[in-house]
Amino acid sequence: MSISDAVYLRPWRSSATLRTLKIGLFGTPLNSVITLVTVALLGWIVPPLLRWGVFDATWTGTSADCALANGACWAFVGAKFRFILFAFYPPALQWRPLVVMVLLLGLLVITAQPRFWRKGLLVAWPVVVVASWILMSGTLVPPAVPSNQWGGLAVTLFVWSVCFGLATPLAILLALARRSGMGGLRTLAIAFIELMRGTPMVAILYVAMLILPMAIPNGQLIDKNVRAMIMITLFWSAYVAEVVRAGLQAIPAGQHEAATALGLGYWRTMQLVVLPQALRLVIPGMVNLAIGFLLATSLLAVIGIFDLLNAARSSAADPQWLGYYDEAYLFAALIYFVLCFGGSRYSLWLETYLRRSQRH
Amino acid sequence: MSLTDETVPGPDGPGMLRKVSRWWGDWPLTQIAVIAAVIALFWLLGHNTAATMARIGITPGFDFLGRPANFEIGEAPIAFRAGDPYARAILAGLLNTLTVAALGCLLATILGVALGVAGLSGNLLLAALVRWYVEIVRNTPLLLQLFFWISLAKSFPSPRQALSVFGSFFLTNRGVFVPGLAFHGVSAPTLWLLVGLALAYMAFLWRARREGSLPARRLGIATAGLLAGVVLTFPLTGAGASWEIPALAGFNIRGGYNLTPEFTALLTGLVVKFSAAIAEIVRAGIQSVDRGQWEASRALGLHSGQIMRLVVLPQALRVITPLTTSSYLDLTKDSSLAVAIGYPDLVSIINTTANTTGQSLEALTLLIGIYLAINLSVSAAMNHYNRRVALRGIART
Repeated sequence: MSISDAVYLRPWRSSATLRTLKIGLFGTPLNSVITLVTVALLGWIVPPLLRWGVFDATWTGTSADCALANGACWAFVGAKFRFILFAFYPPALQWRPLVVMVLLLGLLVITAQPRFWRKGLLVAWPVVVVASWILMSGTLVPPAVPSNQWGGLAVTLFVWSVCFGLATPLAILLALARRSGMGGLRTLAIAFIELMRGTPMVAILYVAMLILPMAIPNGQLIDKNVRAMIMITLFWSAYVAEVVRAGLQAIPAGQHEAATALGLGYWRTMQLVVLPQALRLVIPGMVNLAIGFLLATSLLAVIGIFDLLNAARSSAADPQWLGYYDEAYLFAALIYFVLCFGGSRYSLWLETYLRRSQRH
Repeated sequence: MSLTDETVPGPDGPGMLRKVSRWWGDWPLTQIAVIAAVIALFWLLGHNTAATMARIGITPGFDFLGRPANFEIGEAPIAFRAGDPYARAILAGLLNTLTVAALGCLLATILGVALGVAGLSGNLLLAALVRWYVEIVRNTPLLLQLFFWISLAKSFPSPRQALSVFGSFFLTNRGVFVPGLAFHGVSAPTLWLLVGLALAYMAFLWRARREGSLPARRLGIATAGLLAGVVLTFPLTGAGASWEIPALAGFNIRGGYNLTPEFTALLTGLVVKFSAAIAEIVRAGIQSVDRGQWEASRALGLHSGQIMRLVVLPQALRVITPLTTSSYLDLTKDSSLAVAIGYPDLVSIINTTANTTGQSLEALTLLIGIYLAINLSVSAAMNHYNRRVALRGIART
């Protein structure tokens, strides 16, 4: 319906756009001055960047070719593409993280579409995550690959989806406890949430690195990735809990009372009446949170895990391609940007979609 | 709920015990069991930690704070040499964190408000530029931006070929040189006089607030008095101040302030990242005020400056203040990424301390405690301000 509207409206809009463009750029004297100053600024900044990034750039070849030219060395990205995606994963087995990435991204695309929202997805996620783990570590199909060799975009996506997936159920429990009439549990939930939200993620990662090995029996044997993922899950669950709480607060008390009057107990009330409505309200908020979390996985670099950002950085430390940091960072930034910008556009679309479907 | 207050026989209202049991709520034994389980879990973890520490030969406790720290700190607002106690190193790190956070909040607010207003200026080109700036900055990780800024800051030329901006800012691989006030001969009386002046000014503001109104004229006189007092303090106590502009002298640049590459990169990264967030907040705040308000104010004969100041901003601030508060808190927490680019902030020093003493549990407890204290006090202060902004709107309707 909305698509056909847009098609009919297009000719109208384009002529209107031309007029608004004229008013928007040269409507008043002040506006004209702003436009001219901005154009001058762009004229000062853009040409050198274009010269570096496009005209003087080296697109193919070796680092020797790059050293001769003045511009960017995109040949570097071509040569290091595999490393940035998979880092130190054994090259012969890199089809495994590739399959994992395809699985996770594919499931993500399916999950993003409301017409696939049914119980099957709740089963599909744990299945895919466990399968990814088995595939990456090679426990069932040797050779096994220890997790300190995992890396690149595959690890970023993996940590992100596992931790977000585990944090959500925990967060729902925390939010329910924080909203409950039980003083003891409420205090416990508030203390946990405020402690996590008041601490920087770097500190949480250091706890995973330095404290967990001492606190858990045989903790030294648990590898770094798992320890980091435990703490990240706990950390993120506090943030998700606050978003869920906002949704719970928006549900009128009458819903709760009506369910109780029908004879439903606490858990049935929550499961059948309150949570479905509350979670639906906070879906856009959760998507925004998920985008923030994807960006936050880059902090894994601080504790020496080779995620996307760290892989990009170390790729420029290769003696053969030394010092092409700008190109490496730009390439990593592009991947993050595509994922997150796409996510935020999707979140906007979803918000209007949910509002419209609620009205009908 | 069970019984209401009115039906309870006996004294007025519920007694202490009843209040507690009502607060504690349903399922009292289950709650006690859950809390006991949590305590048992922590006891188990603590027990393991203590056992591990005993095995490696580390005595738990905060005694290490008084022991000499055998590392240097790249830059510190207080004098620090290797051999000074760990407590002093941690204090230096905390001061570094606070410095970069405070400057970051200030500069991010200025840039963010400017960007937010530019985005609403009605000029399509400028608005589009601001939108792309915000999108690019918001959708890439802060750590990546920091890596970019530090590699940029280190790729500047040496001081002799320094890039000069307007002849007073110099970009070099030894940091950025900016002009600034230089003080000479500052003694204890100077500082005490300055503190006294600041206290007097704050007392004046506080009294004026208690009386309920503060005319612009009286505020102006008081501020002028403060400035005059500050200017007079220096010659009175034999101190002097001069405006210094950095200049090339021999192989280095002298005069003004030298910001290290790490500090510059961290500050730039934080300001850029959070100016985008604040620009969005300002835009959302101003757009949250209904168009009808603008039209009604125009009909009353107010000009656009007055509309902004008297009608739109007081209402927009109610949206802006709580969101900006959480941005400030995020900025303070994200300043901890300093550890990744080598700026000696609190996290970086605590990390070094944990590695050199082995007292990682105590060091991290200290770290988390300090961040919690900063966070709670900033949000308390901002909540106080927020209440004032919100109340003023209600009182005058």
